[in-house]
Amino acid sequence: MSSDMYKEIILDYYRNPRNKGKLEDADVTEKDSNPLCGDVVQIQLKFRDNKVKDVKFEGEGCAISQASASMLTEIVMGKEIEEVSKLSKEDVLEALGRPNLGPVRIKCALLPLKVMKMGVYSFLGQNGKQPDD
Amino acid sequence: VLNVEKIRRDFPVLDRKVHGKQLVYFDNAATSQKPKIVIESLRKYYEYYNSNIHRSVHTLAEEATEAHELVRDKVASFIKAGDRKSIVFTRNTTESINLIANSWGGSKLKRGDKILLTVMEHHSNIVPWQLLAKKMGLKIDYLPITQAGYLDISEGGRLEDDLLKSRLNGVKLLGIGHASNVVGTINPVYEICKIAKEMGVTTVVDAAQSVPHMPVDVSKMDCDFLAFSAHKMLGPTGVGVLYAKPELLEEMPPFLGGGEMISEVHLTGSKWNDIPLKFEAGTSNIADVIAFGVAIDYLKNIRMEVVRNHEVDLTRYALEVLLEMKDVNLYGPLKSEHRAGLVAFNLAKVHPHDLASYLDQEGIAIRSGQHCAQPLHEWFSVQASSRASFYIYNTKQEIDLFAAALQKARRFFAA
Repeated sequence: MSSDMYKEIILDYYRNPRNKGKLEDADVTEKDSNPLCGDVVQIQLKFRDNKVKDVKFEGEGCAISQASASMLTEIVMGKEIEEVSKLSKEDVLEALGRPNLGPVRIKCALLPLKVMKMGVYSFLGQNGKQPDD
Repeated sequence: VLNVEKIRRDFPVLDRKVHGKQLVYFDNAATSQKPKIVIESLRKYYEYYNSNIHRSVHTLAEEATEAHELVRDKVASFIKAGDRKSIVFTRNTTESINLIANSWGGSKLKRGDKILLTVMEHHSNIVPWQLLAKKMGLKIDYLPITQAGYLDISEGGRLEDDLLKSRLNGVKLLGIGHASNVVGTINPVYEICKIAKEMGVTTVVDAAQSVPHMPVDVSKMDCDFLAFSAHKMLGPTGVGVLYAKPELLEEMPPFLGGGEMISEVHLTGSKWNDIPLKFEAGTSNIADVIAFGVAIDYLKNIRMEVVRNHEVDLTRYALEVLLEMKDVNLYGPLKSEHRAGLVAFNLAKVHPHDLASYLDQEGIAIRSGQHCAQPLHEWFSVQASSRASFYIYNTKQEIDLFAAALQKARRFFAA
C-alpha cells in the first residue's frame, strides 16, 4: 500500500516506542482520550530548573496516536517549559513526517500534544506562573 | 437468488475507484449506497414538481402532496402496518426514539418508573432515555448479554420466557434493538413483545438494522413503537420512520410545534392536527421522502426474503474466512442465521483505526471504532472494533479481497 499515512517513522515509533512507561516521581500526570476511537494517552513530566528533566508516556490506541506520543516525549525532553508550551500542531505533524491524515485521523495525531500541554499548564498553574502567551 | 451483477449496475458509486482500487463498500450498517433511480427521483422532484405539501392547491403542490403521502402507504405496507396513520416521518431513527421518549415518555411516565434497555443498544436507544430519566427521575436497567453475544434471556437464540418475565417485572417501558449493529445478534423481538404486552409493558423496537435487511411485520410483532431510517435502506439521508400504534399516537402530545401539526391556531391557543401530521411540524423533507418511496419499491421488487438470504450467505462466508484467520477475535453469535449481515472483529495487535485506514488504501471501506455502542464495548472490555457490513450489492469475491487485505495489514503492523 502507499504509505501516505503510515510513514516508516510512524511505524518505527509504534513498534518500538521510546519513553514508554511510568515515572515514579512525576511532577504532573495528565491523561486524556479520544472518545471517537478510544485512543488513550497519559503523559508524566518531571521538571528541573524550568526544563523538562524526564518524561514518559503510556497509552493504548492506534499507531498514529501512540507514535505521536512517543515522538513528542523525545521532542520535549530537556526543553525549556516555555518552549514546550509553544509547541504547535505543525511541529507534531512535521515530526511525524507530514502523513496524509484526514480530518478524523488528525485527532489521533494531536491527542498527545493536547495531553502534553495540559501537563505543562497544570505544572505552571501549581507554581503560580503563567506562560507568556 | 439475487442477480448481484445486475443489481451492481444500478449503483453508480460502485464503479468508483478509491486510491486506485475498485471500491469495496462494507460500511452498509452505517449507511447504504443509493441506486440510480433513487437519485433520479430527487432530481425529478426538484426539476419538475418541487412545491410545498398539504398547503397550496396548485398542480405542483397537489402532485408533491400525492407523491409524499403515497410513500406513507408504501412504508405501512412494507412493514405490514395495517393503518397508514401509524407512520410518522422524522429525520432518522434517533429522532423517532427522541419523539417517543419526549412525547410518550414525558406524558405517561412518572418519577420512579423503570425503563429496561439492553447492553447492546445503539446510543440512539440509550441517550434519549437517559435524558428523560434525568429530567423525570426514572430508573434505567439493562438486560445483560452473554459472552457469545446473545441477550442472556435468549442465549443461543432461544427465549427463556420465565427469565424475561422476571426481568420485566415492574418495568413500564422496554427499549430493544431488533438487530445489533455490532454483535449482529437478531433478538427475538416478536416473542419478547408478546410477553411484554401480556405484562402491560410498552415496547420500543429499534429496527434500524433490521427493516433494511429482512422482512419485518409489525402486525405480528405487535410492538407499540418501532423506528428505522431510510438512508440505511437505499434511500436518502434525512428521513426516518416512527411506527406507532394509532391509539398511542392519539393520546400523545405533540413533540415539535409549528406549521402543519395544527388544525387551528389562535392567539390564545391551538388545536392539534390529526395523527400522524400532529407529529410532523414544519415543512417535511419532501424530496427525500419521495425518493425513499422509490427505494422501498426497489427492495420490494427484490423481495426482503431474498435480501435476507443473500446476507446470511455472505455473513456465513465472512465468518468462515475470519475464523480460519490467525489472530482474529470475532464478536457475536457464530450462526449466521442468528445475526444481521455484519461482522465485528479485532485483528490482534492492529488497532481498528489503523486497520480501517490500511484497508481504505486498498479501496475497502469498513467501519472502525465503537459504532455508537460504547456500553457494549465496555461490557466486552474492548476499546474498539472493526466492522464489515454487507448489503445486496456485495459479493463473496469482495470478501476474498477483504480477507487478503487483512492478511497484508497483519504483516504490515506486526512488530
